[in-house]
Amino acid sequence: MSHLPILPILVPFIAAAVLLLTHRRSTATKRAISLTSIVALLIVAAMLLITANDGTIHVYRLGNWPAPFGIVLMLDRLSALMVAVTAILGLAVLSSAMSGTDRQGRHFHAFLQLELAGLNGAFLTGDLFNLFVFFEILLLASYALLVHGGGLARTRAGLGYVILNLAGSALFLVSLGLVYGTLGTLNMADLSLVLTKLSAADQPLVRTALALMVAVFVLKAALLPLGFWLPGVYTSATLPVSVLFVIMTKVGIYALLRLSTIGLATAPFTAGLLQPWLPWLAVGTIALGSLGALAARRFAIVVANLVMISSGTLLLAVADGSPPALAAALYYMTHSTLVTAALFLMGDLIARQRGALADRLETGPRIATFMGLGAVYLVLAVAVSGAPPLSGFLAKLMVMQSLAHTPTAVAAWAALLISGLVVALVLARAASVIFWEPEKSDAAGPAPSPSIPMGIRTALVLMLAGAPLLAVVASPIASYARAAAEQLTAPARYVEAVIGPATRIERERRP
Amino acid sequence: MELVIALALGVLTASGLYLLLRPTTFSVVLGLTLLSYAVNVLIFLGGRLGAKSPPLAVPGADTPADPLPQALVLTAIVIGFGMTAYLVALALKAKGECDTDHVDAGDAR
Repeated sequence: MSHLPILPILVPFIAAAVLLLTHRRSTATKRAISLTSIVALLIVAAMLLITANDGTIHVYRLGNWPAPFGIVLMLDRLSALMVAVTAILGLAVLSSAMSGTDRQGRHFHAFLQLELAGLNGAFLTGDLFNLFVFFEILLLASYALLVHGGGLARTRAGLGYVILNLAGSALFLVSLGLVYGTLGTLNMADLSLVLTKLSAADQPLVRTALALMVAVFVLKAALLPLGFWLPGVYTSATLPVSVLFVIMTKVGIYALLRLSTIGLATAPFTAGLLQPWLPWLAVGTIALGSLGALAARRFAIVVANLVMISSGTLLLAVADGSPPALAAALYYMTHSTLVTAALFLMGDLIARQRGALADRLETGPRIATFMGLGAVYLVLAVAVSGAPPLSGFLAKLMVMQSLAHTPTAVAAWAALLISGLVVALVLARAASVIFWEPEKSDAAGPAPSPSIPMGIRTALVLMLAGAPLLAVVASPIASYARAAAEQLTAPARYVEAVIGPATRIERERRP
Repeated sequence: MELVIALALGVLTASGLYLLLRPTTFSVVLGLTLLSYAVNVLIFLGGRLGAKSPPLAVPGADTPADPLPQALVLTAIVIGFGMTAYLVALALKAKGECDTDHVDAGDAR
């Protein structure tokens, strides 16, 4: 049995442990350790993609315990894709942190590695309680990263974020306790087997427990009534951290995707749990994100609202659950993660050149590197608003096509098209204020430095390459996403990979 | 027995929720603690109540107690403890920075 599936968790964990031991060493040493780990992670992610692309679902049994009794890690196309996106984003975060942000606290790199370990674990695990544990690992690391750099604004944002997520964790535990109490298992594959055989008396309780779990996941994904925490948290974090947080909403969406395809969809009494409320709330999230972007007075807040719009779009596709919709969701997820991360980097570069004005959308001093930054801005704006010819257009088109037959198609199409228009409008207005209306008098205070730190430049190039690249190689990526979606919508194969056809589990119902 | 424990859980959760909605961080921390007590007992109850079930599976003995909820609740307790410790540290930091433990302290509005 190959040990490949556990490496994405082990590599950053070991790096984090080494980083904690060497916390008195120079920043250069820590950067070297952190970089080594992320490069190793990239190589592992590439190997995972190749391994997963053969179409089989790989099961890694921890301690070699047979399936429903031990914890399993599952490697399929979806988890390999998520690990790869995390590794690429990790590299961007690290290189932008190397511009000096990592010096503001002693443990930045250790927390970054722990966060990556938690993310990869959440993407690979096949056990619900293990998912909870990895959620907590990534949340604890994110709590520490959020307040990295200090300051009252960050402490206050951190306090709200921690309290909200602790309440979310309590809800998750309630749901896990009820699921174990009624079903007697927490293994996702076993769960789908037990769900189909559940007695009618237990069904309402299990439905409630799974609904609570869905609530926890949409809280992480920032769905409408639970999503108001997002802009404040994302905009008060330091730059590398807000880039990293772009993937945090995707974890919630990933978990919901897993739960709905393996758990909810397999039994008739849970199959309709996400309908009809989720598409409408997703449309509401898109509307709220668009309004928030229109009202924003800082560039970072515009980008945070774009994260909400992308969450809403993804949840529209996840709620539908058909293979084309899921394939579209996976392509859109890759695109929007890279592009919104690049926009956060862009906002920081703009803020660096405007002195005290920072990224407020007011007229200020002329941007020194006007041409280069302007061109990058144009590419990103085209990609994120969904205009041709970049990846945003293809992603949005795939989502819209896949939703054409659904009852909420009109609302979904309207939301996606209008939000695209609003985003284009907001970004154009921001660009005209920032780039085209310079003020002659230097009212903004001391002259800002025009140089762009090497690290941020590397990170931006890395993220920026995503938009055209995803459009150029759209065909292989889309066919990978389609294959992943087909794998997801055939839960029987997942169950067979974990439990095996021969194993018969004797269960006696506890009183 | 079941009724007593169910009522205790209800009271714990209700008080936890009430404290969670109070405007000072100290009561919020207390509320989260009460809530996590309730949650831990709930997970523990997933293995069913039984004062006489043996802890080990011995041939000939009764059905043993389910060991998994005990392991789950141990993990949940440890994680909850760590998170609460972090929250307290953060709340103290916020209090040190603005001299009050009101959750909206230092708000510009």
